[in-house]
Amino acid sequence: MFSFCADPDALGTFRWFSCYLTNGVHMSFYLSFVKVLVLLAITAPVALSFGFVGAMAARSHVLPVSWLGKGYIAIVRGVPDIAFFMFFVIALDQGFEWVRHQILCPDWTDPIRQGNDFLVCTSAKLPLGTSPEWVHETYGFFLAVITFSIVFGAFAANVLFGGMNAVPHAQLETAEAYGMTRRQTFWRVLVPQMWVYALPGLSNLWLVLIKATPLLFLLGVEDIVYWARELGGTKTSQFTAYPHPDWRMWYFLFLLFFYLGFTRVSEIVLERLMTRLSHGQATTGGEALRKQVTA
Amino acid sequence: MKKLILTTAALALSAGMAMADTVRLGTEGAYPPYNFINDAGEIDGFEREVGDELCKRAGLTCEWVKNDWDSIIPNLVSGNYDVIIAGMSITDERDEVIDFTQNYYPPTASAYVAASESADIEDVVAAQTATIQAAFVADSGATLVEFATPEETIAAVRNGEAEAVFADKDFLVPIVAESSGELMFVGEDVPLGGGIGLGIRESDAELKGKLDTAIASMKADGSLNALLKKWFGDDIATYGSDGSVVTN
Repeated sequence: MFSFCADPDALGTFRWFSCYLTNGVHMSFYLSFVKVLVLLAITAPVALSFGFVGAMAARSHVLPVSWLGKGYIAIVRGVPDIAFFMFFVIALDQGFEWVRHQILCPDWTDPIRQGNDFLVCTSAKLPLGTSPEWVHETYGFFLAVITFSIVFGAFAANVLFGGMNAVPHAQLETAEAYGMTRRQTFWRVLVPQMWVYALPGLSNLWLVLIKATPLLFLLGVEDIVYWARELGGTKTSQFTAYPHPDWRMWYFLFLLFFYLGFTRVSEIVLERLMTRLSHGQATTGGEALRKQVTA
Repeated sequence: MKKLILTTAALALSAGMAMADTVRLGTEGAYPPYNFINDAGEIDGFEREVGDELCKRAGLTCEWVKNDWDSIIPNLVSGNYDVIIAGMSITDERDEVIDFTQNYYPPTASAYVAASESADIEDVVAAQTATIQAAFVADSGATLVEFATPEETIAAVRNGEAEAVFADKDFLVPIVAESSGELMFVGEDVPLGGGIGLGIRESDAELKGKLDTAIASMKADGSLNALLKKWFGDDIATYGSDGSVVTN
């Protein structure tokens, strides 16, 4: 990075650190922060929409749809996250490849499962074996988003289901009495009011999601915790220009502050959101706001 | 005859795989000098150089992939990469799940490292999960504590969680050398495993053949020995030109 970094052994502490902290591996470390933030930014809305659809399905008056929604919530909530991330992703990946295989290579005669091996024809591989590394990484990232969304979507579905049920029934009856159809009641009366009830649960989920990113490395996405462990580990002079003892504590301390800061910012934003959603609601929060205005 | 059938089958397969020339090599990237991440953030080490040379000789385009040690075999068999090149010793247990090429690193000695001369290697010993060392410790009667990464096994000895760590000697040598006397080898070295080979899917006979030929040619012309000496020092066992192991 800097011109004086050619011979780190001869540098003073400050310059040594300025070189050390800007070398290639540290750039990957910083990049992984961006990766994690992007993942969260994509996953949160996707998971929320999964949750919304799940909750809608669970409330449905059509029995099979309601079973589907409730089954989704129950199964995902019951399976440990780590099992989901270890096996579900490999299964999902193989599922995609299997479908592509059926479409792209209809005249393939060899069995797809040979002992432990999973073999599809080359053109069905996802991503193709010839793709550059960034395609593979993006694909891994995409699998991560799907998996996170399915897992957190189920929890969100349960929270939203609860939120929808918490809206006073009298409100819905009134809406119907005004001649609204079931769909109109849902979108115009139920949905705007349920967020207040769902938000505390959803904010919990968001905070759990922030801290669940180390599971990413199971999917081959190198996240901040992976890099902190890798960079903080003992480095001997044979293999690096910047040898140092076990510094994992400092790296993890840095992560601690990052996570705490991130959680704090989230809390502030969620609190504001809560105030906003409480406006005009028939809840104690909404009542308090009304009194503030009139007082 | 059997070979002939295999070759024809391989040819028939490869006819449909015009794009199969890119081979993905999976490694851990946390086990110097075998494989590690260098200052530039790239995979480096003995296996990086061996792998690149093997690919050149076999006429393959290779790409390097990092993967956690824990899931390195499942990801191979499900096809996320084609070769494991991660200091993986050839053992019977692993051979049931995947195939190995001939070794490109002679059978290794494993060793104990502890924080004091008087450490009891029958007591609590740290080793990396799912390694031959972990299996050996479990059988030796000592209490085994397993860790996901090699780094954590060393840390366990430093902070007193384990009496000793048991790992490949070549991994431990630079760590002991730079510990300013805090860590030392204890007990006898233990020869373990059938050397280190490339892990390949059992169904991938063609690739295995290519890489086997490439390894044999590197053994024959001495270029593998040069790399062994470069990364592991002059005391390392090397290969004779017929592929036999020569101990120094």
